[in-house]
Amino acid sequence: MENEIEFKNVCKSFYSLKGETHVLQNMNFTIKKGEIVAIVGPSGCGKSTLLNLISGLIKPDQGTIQISKKVGYMFQKDNLLEWRTVYKNITLGPEIKKIKVDNKHIDTLLEKYGLSEFKFHYPKELSGGMRQRVALLRTLVLDPDILLLDEPFSSLDYQTKITVQDDIYKIIKETQKTTILVTHDITEAIAMANRVLVLTKRPSTIKAVFDIQLDLKEEKTPFLARNSAKFKDYFNLIWEALDIHE
Amino acid sequence: MNKQKKEYTNQEKYVRNYKKNRRIILFSQIALVFVFIGVWELFSSVGILDEFLFSKPSAIVKLLAQYIKTNEIFKHVGISLYETLLGLIIGTSLGILLAIGLWFSKTLTKILDPFLVVLNALPKTALAPILIIWAGTGIKGIVVVSISLSLVMTIISAHNFFAHVDEDKLKMLKSFHASKFQILTKLVLPSNVANLLSIIKINIGMAWVGVIVGEFLVSRFGIGYLVVYGGQVFKLDLVMMGVFVLAILAYLMYLIVTIFEKYYRKKR
Ligand SMILES: Nc1ncnc2c1ncn2[C@@H]1O[C@H](COP(=O)(O)OP(=O)(O)OP(=O)(O)O)[C@@H](O)[C@H]1O
Ligand SMILES: [Mg+2]
Repeated sequence: MENEIEFKNVCKSFYSLKGETHVLQNMNFTIKKGEIVAIVGPSGCGKSTLLNLISGLIKPDQGTIQISKKVGYMFQKDNLLEWRTVYKNITLGPEIKKIKVDNKHIDTLLEKYGLSEFKFHYPKELSGGMRQRVALLRTLVLDPDILLLDEPFSSLDYQTKITVQDDIYKIIKETQKTTILVTHDITEAIAMANRVLVLTKRPSTIKAVFDIQLDLKEEKTPFLARNSAKFKDYFNLIWEALDIHE
Repeated sequence: MNKQKKEYTNQEKYVRNYKKNRRIILFSQIALVFVFIGVWELFSSVGILDEFLFSKPSAIVKLLAQYIKTNEIFKHVGISLYETLLGLIIGTSLGILLAIGLWFSKTLTKILDPFLVVLNALPKTALAPILIIWAGTGIKGIVVVSISLSLVMTIISAHNFFAHVDEDKLKMLKSFHASKFQILTKLVLPSNVANLLSIIKINIGMAWVGVIVGEFLVSRFGIGYLVVYGGQVFKLDLVMMGVFVLAILAYLMYLIVTIFEKYYRKKR
């Protein structure tokens, strides 16, 4: 399969009067179409920086990043604009890019994700899980091929988190989006991804890569994944690789 | 609902309590005004307060009635209101426009920052005579004084609001490749509507101060003129009437902005 994202010797530093923060050091990896890749690593190691590089928000100091397709970015905070209705929030992307919106398409999306009733409501009337789904729809409306998720579930309470994980996993699979998921939650990484990259402390490089094969009898969902016998093994492997006490 | 039933649900109790509280506040406010006026009137009548120095409510009302009858009050109110609105609108919108300009360039902001701080610290009312000499006497000069009082503060505080817009939302818009102008119209301005309204509220007071000071100096019409004239000829009734009318006008303008605010809050 073709590579959708390719990092070659990518280095990135931030500069300030106090000095240089060397964040990424010789990053090399490729991600293929349709893969779900989770990235875990110590706090402040440069996970968000990595996504910012892929989305083009910032440029690398050295090395090359090849991206063949359109990128959609979803953040930890839903960043919904409170003065816009759900509908107006979802159509923000097309509005900025001056693309006509296909209202039928939006209605089917709203229907599908249980938001039709709330089309003309304001964000403050929605629950945390709904807000996060609206944020996802805002990203999906532009039909990106690559989805960047930066700790998208960390602000949700546990139960909501588990259901929204399942919802979003389904959406990703149905639409066959290549996905990079940044998370602090090892169980989430194993439950959602088919590959987990573990980063080192700053300046970070890739420390370990795990291909996740859970050998499930049924079709995988994040919820069912947790029942797999191999789940715990992966957890321990990744935990060790993260090496918190280093 | 069954009226014979004497028991209220907790929700009903809450609503009743809330309404009762609102009534108490309103009643107290009205009572305060009446007590104040009553005591003033009484003290002036029995001579505890010197009527010549403090005037008294009934005399003020009488004078106001006379001014209304001769239509003279409308001339003064009209001209002052006109000047104040001009000062308010020009001062606020120019200030916001300049703040937007600064928002577009961080470097320019840093260059101009110390100058703005110094300009803001200048004693604008003390400089009013010079401003009027420069701008010309008459309405033009007065409006310029009025603008000078609010302009710099508007630039500084509006820019401050604009510069502190939510970083994460900014990043979200940038991830859609929004232009700087789109960021302005889709995030910076709409997220600051409440802040801009509060700037307008403050500027109402500033614009009035500017107009009154201007009229003190050069005008032969307007509320400010009435107040000064009253003081010069020791007609305290006239001074108090001017202050009273001024208070009402400022309050009405404030009320209009508050209504906008309420409407805006309801919408989101
Ligand atoms: N725009 C920037 N300017 C200066 N320094 C930055 C900038 N963005 C990130 N950094 C620094 O780079 C380092 C990595 O930041 P980044 O946000 O990528 O970490 P992260 O792995 O996402 O952390 P977390 O797990 O806390 O989300 C941090 O030390 C941060 O302070
Ligand atoms: Mg981060």
